[in-house]
Amino acid sequence: MKEQIINLKSELESKLGQAADLVDLDKLRVAYLGKKGSITQLLKGMKDLSHEERKTLGAEVNKLKTYAAEKIEERLTELKEKEIEREIASMPKFDVTTPVNADRGSYHPITLVQRQCEAIFRSMGFTVEDYSEIVTDYECFESLNIPKHHPARDMQDTYYLENGQLLKSQTSAAQNAILRKYGKNLIENDVPIKAIFPGRCFRNEATDACHENTFFQMEGVMVDKDISISNLIFFMKTMLSEVFRRDIKVRLRPGFFPFVEPGFELDISCLICGGDGCPSCKHSGWLELCPCGMIHPNVLKEGGIDPEKYTGFAFGLGLTRLAMMKYGIKDIRDLNSGSLKSLSQFTDDE
Amino acid sequence: MFLSMNWIQDFVDLEGVDKLELIHRFSLSTAEVENEIFFKGADLSGVVVAEIKSVEEHPESKKLHLLKVDAGDEELIDVVCGAPNVRVGMKTAFAKIGAKLGEIEIAPRALAGYTSYGMCCSEAEIGISDDHSGIMEITDEVPTGTDIKEIYDIDDIVFEVDNKSLTNRPDLWGHYGIAREMAALAGRPLKPLEVDDLTAYDELPKVDMKIEDPLCQRYSCLQFENITRNVSPVNMRIRLFYCGMRKINFLADLTNYLMLEMGQPMHAFDSRKVGKIRIKRFDHPFVFRTLDGVDRNIDENTLMICNEDTPVAIAGIMGGLDSEIVDDTTTLTLESATFNAVSIRKSTVRLSHRTDASIRYEKCLDPEMTTVAVARFVKLLKTYDGAVTVVSSLTDEYAFKYDKVTLEFDKAFVDRYTGIEIDNDTIVNTLNSLGFETELDGDSFKVGVPSWRATKDVTMKADIIEEITRIYGYDNFEINTTRSPLYPVRVDAVKSSEDRIKDILVKRYNLHELHSYVWAYNDEMKSLGIPVEENIRLANATNPNIETIRKSIIPTQLCQLSLNSSYAPDFGIFEIGRVVNGVDENNLCVEEKKLAITLFSKTKDIKTLYFELRDMLAIVADDIKHLPLSFREAAPNHSYEHPVNCNEIIMDGKSVGTIAIVHPTVGKKIDKKASIVFTEIDVNAFAEAENASIEYEEPSKFPPMDYDLSLELPEGMLYERLSGCWKDSPDILKGAKIIDTYELGSVHSITVRFEFSSNERTLSSAEVQEIIDGIVARLDGIGVRLRQVG
Repeated sequence: MKEQIINLKSELESKLGQAADLVDLDKLRVAYLGKKGSITQLLKGMKDLSHEERKTLGAEVNKLKTYAAEKIEERLTELKEKEIEREIASMPKFDVTTPVNADRGSYHPITLVQRQCEAIFRSMGFTVEDYSEIVTDYECFESLNIPKHHPARDMQDTYYLENGQLLKSQTSAAQNAILRKYGKNLIENDVPIKAIFPGRCFRNEATDACHENTFFQMEGVMVDKDISISNLIFFMKTMLSEVFRRDIKVRLRPGFFPFVEPGFELDISCLICGGDGCPSCKHSGWLELCPCGMIHPNVLKEGGIDPEKYTGFAFGLGLTRLAMMKYGIKDIRDLNSGSLKSLSQFTDDE
Repeated sequence: MFLSMNWIQDFVDLEGVDKLELIHRFSLSTAEVENEIFFKGADLSGVVVAEIKSVEEHPESKKLHLLKVDAGDEELIDVVCGAPNVRVGMKTAFAKIGAKLGEIEIAPRALAGYTSYGMCCSEAEIGISDDHSGIMEITDEVPTGTDIKEIYDIDDIVFEVDNKSLTNRPDLWGHYGIAREMAALAGRPLKPLEVDDLTAYDELPKVDMKIEDPLCQRYSCLQFENITRNVSPVNMRIRLFYCGMRKINFLADLTNYLMLEMGQPMHAFDSRKVGKIRIKRFDHPFVFRTLDGVDRNIDENTLMICNEDTPVAIAGIMGGLDSEIVDDTTTLTLESATFNAVSIRKSTVRLSHRTDASIRYEKCLDPEMTTVAVARFVKLLKTYDGAVTVVSSLTDEYAFKYDKVTLEFDKAFVDRYTGIEIDNDTIVNTLNSLGFETELDGDSFKVGVPSWRATKDVTMKADIIEEITRIYGYDNFEINTTRSPLYPVRVDAVKSSEDRIKDILVKRYNLHELHSYVWAYNDEMKSLGIPVEENIRLANATNPNIETIRKSIIPTQLCQLSLNSSYAPDFGIFEIGRVVNGVDENNLCVEEKKLAITLFSKTKDIKTLYFELRDMLAIVADDIKHLPLSFREAAPNHSYEHPVNCNEIIMDGKSVGTIAIVHPTVGKKIDKKASIVFTEIDVNAFAEAENASIEYEEPSKFPPMDYDLSLELPEGMLYERLSGCWKDSPDILKGAKIIDTYELGSVHSITVRFEFSSNERTLSSAEVQEIIDGIVARLDGIGVRLRQVG
């Protein structure tokens, strides 16, 4: 039996070296230490031996068992390391310089510009309103101090519908509704009206690179007890500086719009040259950007607000124009073209 | 409108004032000035008055002449000249050697063998008219050698004001009104207009004139005889030319001059043709030939100037050919009138003919101006043609007078509106300089509005604010934020839903947002075989492809797919836009806001794509509203929807939209092989659904138990019916999901995994089995069998 122990030990040592992988090693473990393994068998055979033999050989066999278990464990660790090394060695180097899979969705550029403007105004306490595209003559003209036969109606070529309604030619068409919606809260609770309403407008005109019959504007109104021209200039300058993310100079010129008095054309310092003059601003240093003014007393009155008590300002920002300026879109028709070649480029912009 | 700085300076002394700066201020305070300022005469030098002393034919040229010219020097100058009007004794403009005419510098020049030492110039060449038919003829008595700029006002600064910025300022349609603004801006006094005293003719007979129509507000006229002058003085012609007016003859030029000076259009008739002036409309249409030789259709609404019953002019727009001044005209009748502005504007639209006169009349001219203009006309006429005699008294009918406008306000009103401090003196001075009559009592103002601003422009207190602030200068405003109280800003449910829908579709599903027009795409839809559905139409569209308002965005999106079919093998587009669903009982459009999504794929089969879209919608609903969607089979409503796979989308018990596969007829036209599916949802209905809140469920501490059932389904069995068999099971059944599906021949099988768990105890096999047995029994009841394994 002693001989058997020695043989088993040397046999194990040579077989351990031959075990090339974890599977071989496990077989080996079973062959020696498993239920029917040779070492286990030896231990089982102990019961047939004399007490004296059992004592000495038992210790020997147990030593062998511990030795085998250690050796197998040692070999296991070794093989696992080898396995990792092999895995590392077999890993190819990936070429990350290949083009990335840039498949992603896109927003319409108007959405992006509109969101930026909305965020700016929300941060200044303005609500964002929604309004219909089809409005009545009252909403678009009458309530805005533009009675029938007023020349201002000729200034805008309006699309009329068969039922006498019209496609709104300006976001100001929402002014009356906004004044009425918030007027009560202004009068009863002193809550100022501060609202913007982005929306689509329509003009019945031929389209070319600079003209569209369908475009976006964003109207803004603020009404309270002492809203002044000074406030108007402040808000326009602040808001536009946020929109363009730089300090913008603004200047007002008189402008005639029936729903404001005084009415202004607002110019901003040229974004390209900063005011020094360049081809983009026709060497004037200024860009005409948006009409604005103090809300006409008749418009306030029509909205149920007493012009003797309250004043307010309103402005109309061309969102389409803003988007074109911001992204360098030269042909306004691209925006409604439905072409993904143009429009899939606007993934996000914040 | 072009304006001459020289002309303006007839009325305001601008000595020492920076003219360019003043024009710039005018642009910021009054009306928009175009960027380009013209420095007339700046590129002209060395041109003098010269007399032609001799003229010889050029031996080799029929056109050229050899001249000897006296340019004020000791010796005569040899000049070769091609102008047809050369003659001995004629005085002309002569460009000496070294003279500059724009880009050209005059040097000795050989012409067909002879050298010319200078050039005789046409008016066009020195830039004072467009006449280049011959060299300029100078009739004024001036010594030879005099620089032409010393005798004529060639040097001038001319600027252009954008007409659109003058629509509400009838007073700014002439130089005098502009001069008033310039005077106010420069702080200089405005000179009164020099006029003739018309009362001197009061003894003379009146013109037979009568206003027979309220559309004529005022009609003033005067008759003259013995006009000898035919060609206008050079300086007058230069001003007219610089302001864009062509020279005609002295009389016509003078009426134009008056119009450009005062903004008052005038017309001169041959008195023989207008013995009895009547202003009226006709009750029948007719054809009238205007002085430009065009036959125009006149209708019952057009106001006419008539000689008794014979029309002689379209009031405020253009005179007639027959009553025009001709060579043998001896007596003239001068008209200076105002008419109803709306009527003039409408007539020009009907006639498609706008003139310099009608543009002014449209703006509501001041009727007070008519007689002043006549007096000014007579003054100028007499200045330039001493022989002229007035043969009638001023005949004036003033039928419509504007009310005198007086406005009262106090300092606090101005402070509140401006938000800055402008002192009382500044307010008074500003208003007075603009012609307002201002009285100040303490802090109370009483302001009389001058007639030229009171026709429509300045009618209320707020209008006065503009007058004060624009002259004060907006650049001088101190700017301030408001002191309004703060309140929370609520975000509208629709708005927030829209934003989040867009984010999910773009960020999670890589869809592209597109915009489209609100009308049906007639042509594009036709090529896809989609008929335009009846709906409300535009009444005045000019483009035939723009006509019917769309009922749905889907046809538009199908057109967009067609446009983009080669963009990528797989893509999806969406839009949140408006549609109209007919009109309501008040005949108002039923406008709806829709979310439309269309998916296009060349790599996925139609079923995969359809379920992708369905799941997308479910995620959107779950994400934004935490509400489940259900789907109900629906009959297709539109020609482009597939007859088999078209479903209604139900949310919170209400139908919110449709999901469908494209009809193969349309689909094949877009792309023969692509799968196309779409959905349209009512955004407002979606947004209005009550948000379900998230209910947190604590994970069970006890082991869960799964139980799989493999089922064989009869044909046409909907999962919804199947799930009805375990819908009401005890709540230890936490969920059921399909973990496998397979077709075996005609048999459709699925494996459903039932998940059991309890928060209170470890479940026993027996209680689970009992529930399963119940489910199996109910399934059996609807014809669903357990699949036999093996």
